Amino acid sequence: MRLLYFAWLKTKTGVAEEEVAPPQEVTTVAELLAWLRGRGPGYAEALADETALRVAVNQEYARPGDRIAAGDEIALFPPVTGG
Amino acid sequence: MIRVQQEDFDVGAEIARLTAGNTAIGGLAVFVGLVRDIAGEKAVSGMTLEHYPGMTERMLEGIEAEARARWPLEASLIVHRVGQLAPGDRIVLVAAASAHRAAAFDACAFLIDWLKTKAPFWKQEETPQGPRWVEARGSDDEAAARWLKKESDAAE
Repeated sequence: MRLLYFAWLKTKTGVAEEEVAPPQEVTTVAELLAWLRGRGPGYAEALADETALRVAVNQEYARPGDRIAAGDEIALFPPVTGG
Repeated sequence: MIRVQQEDFDVGAEIARLTAGNTAIGGLAVFVGLVRDIAGEKAVSGMTLEHYPGMTERMLEGIEAEARARWPLEASLIVHRVGQLAPGDRIVLVAAASAHRAAAFDACAFLIDWLKTKAPFWKQEETPQGPRWVEARGSDDEAAARWLKKESDAAE
């Protein structure tokens, strides 16, 4: 699956986008976040506060329990500040 | 119609194009957002607007469609800029046109309120202490939430 990071999430993880293949037991947004936190201190820090985190799966807002699949585009970003 | 672009827009030209040829329009409400030179206590010398290409357009189209489902609009427009902006620059233009002013005003407010809390844009300000990502404001969530309340009122 393809992961995208925006705003300060990109700075903290150090990547704008990457391809990942999480283990099979990772089937929801919440499980993906938990798995990503284990990938390094930058990820752990960037994803520590879930209230400061928004997730979109295939360009639609997603909730922690929503299911994810191998070909998905999953974006992680802070609450939006446009307008 | 929705557009995401780096370049500036001409408000007069945009609204002239939006209403051209439609004489059923009796009222047009327009909101223009500008870059300020102060944020809280901090001086701001410039701003960079980042967005999520693809999802941004999708969300803006969804917000516009929602406005057109809720109010009898003859025309609507969202133009949002991205990239580097300076204080005084225009950031966003939102317009709604209807036969009468009430629908135009309400739809215009709805468009900007929902855009601010749903469309994936992020502002980074240049301050004397260095660049700083703008934090989302609770007051923006409250402004957007009043349109949810209206929805439940209507259902009762």
